[in-house]
Amino acid sequence: MTVIEYRIERRSGVPTYQQIVRQTEQALRLGLLRPGDKLPTAREVVEATAVNPNTVLKAYRELERSGLVEPRPGLGTFVLRTLGVGETDSELRDELQRWTARARRAGLEKEDVIALVTSVVEREFTGGAADGGAGARTRKARTS
Amino acid sequence: MSDRAEGAAAVRADGLDVRRGGKTVLRGVCLELPAGRVCALVGPNGGGKTTFLETAAGLLRPHKGTVRLLGADPDSDSGRARLAFVGQDKPLYPRLTVADTLRMGRDLNPGWRPDLAARMLGERIPEQARIGSLSGGQRTRVALALAMGKAADVLLLDEPLADLDPLSRHHVTSVLMSDAAERGTSIVMSSHVLAELEGVADELLLLDNGGVRMSGPVDEALADHRLLTGSTAETAPQDVPALPGVVEARTRGRRTTLLVRGDGTLPGGPWQSEEPSLETLLMSYLRSPESPPWIACHPGETVPEATHTGAAA
Repeated sequence: MTVIEYRIERRSGVPTYQQIVRQTEQALRLGLLRPGDKLPTAREVVEATAVNPNTVLKAYRELERSGLVEPRPGLGTFVLRTLGVGETDSELRDELQRWTARARRAGLEKEDVIALVTSVVEREFTGGAADGGAGARTRKARTS
Repeated sequence: MSDRAEGAAAVRADGLDVRRGGKTVLRGVCLELPAGRVCALVGPNGGGKTTFLETAAGLLRPHKGTVRLLGADPDSDSGRARLAFVGQDKPLYPRLTVADTLRMGRDLNPGWRPDLAARMLGERIPEQARIGSLSGGQRTRVALALAMGKAADVLLLDEPLADLDPLSRHHVTSVLMSDAAERGTSIVMSSHVLAELEGVADELLLLDNGGVRMSGPVDEALADHRLLTGSTAETAPQDVPALPGVVEARTRGRRTTLLVRGDGTLPGGPWQSEEPSLETLLMSYLRSPESPPWIACHPGETVPEATHTGAAA
């Protein structure tokens, strides 16, 4: 009956509640979870994954804050909306695809590419980064 | 200090000194582990983990100071009734069968819950097997089943996962977490495998050299530290370790990695800043015994000082 099963990777370094949030978002993007679906109860997640119940509740609260799910007292937690793949997304994806292919042709290994992307993403999304604003503008100019 | 029977901490220690074989193992320990949480007790060998658990279980008497379990003396009838302790040696009777052992648990404990004991035991251990014929891991499961069956309010577990295979470890952890979810059981468990505690513990206690090095909610501990990475050339690494708030500084080739307290704003060079994992955080504190302890403020509580002066009873 469970529509989603969480898989917790303890050694990944990613906090457990974030793994639950990300896997839920991923399932929404892929259409595996749809509006009206009921998320497993904290009890069910705890039994399957052996994580702390407060961790599950924290993840659900975060999903609730971003408006993706809604707790209905006595019934459970339900999906409110989905995370669609919009047109901009596919355009960005194509661009990234081309860039990745180029990086590979230039001789970069998979790990090199991931490290490079991570460092750029980190800089872009870190509030205090000196070049954050400029980076954001460049990106907008390119995609439009 | 007044004892509050209601809303009391799962374990509270005030100016606790514990000696063992003429040696002071715990020194001036003040801490409070809130009820209804899962506390990871970590620290190096000889740091005081086992001594702390045995003192909280009422098996060792403090030389100085007090320890309270849900507001009660753990070495009293009311204290003993509310706690279950599983030590590393797991003393069981080797000639008894598993079924005999559980029957003994039922006879000795008024509130015995056979369903909880059976859930912990699982299906793979034959009830008619003698304890002496079981593997170390299976014996651990029986000892934990006895503790679960008691349906205690506080579970004190010393390295409960140490000799379990990955499947059993998952089973035991999941039964413990389900119990925490259902009955709000307070759990204090020690472990050496730091990565195993990610997602399991919501409260942290790091004991080293007989004193508290870290104490507080895991979330807060993580949010209160940043892991900074920068290029050695740009960041003047020789000055960095002396800055206040730097718990640990490591330089490897061209990279300098810092674990710092607070929001991680440091002068000198561009730093890539991220939240540390629990394992990284603990390792940094373990490798830097000289850095000051991190102790979270519990709402409405005064933070106990790391050292207690003039607290002799």
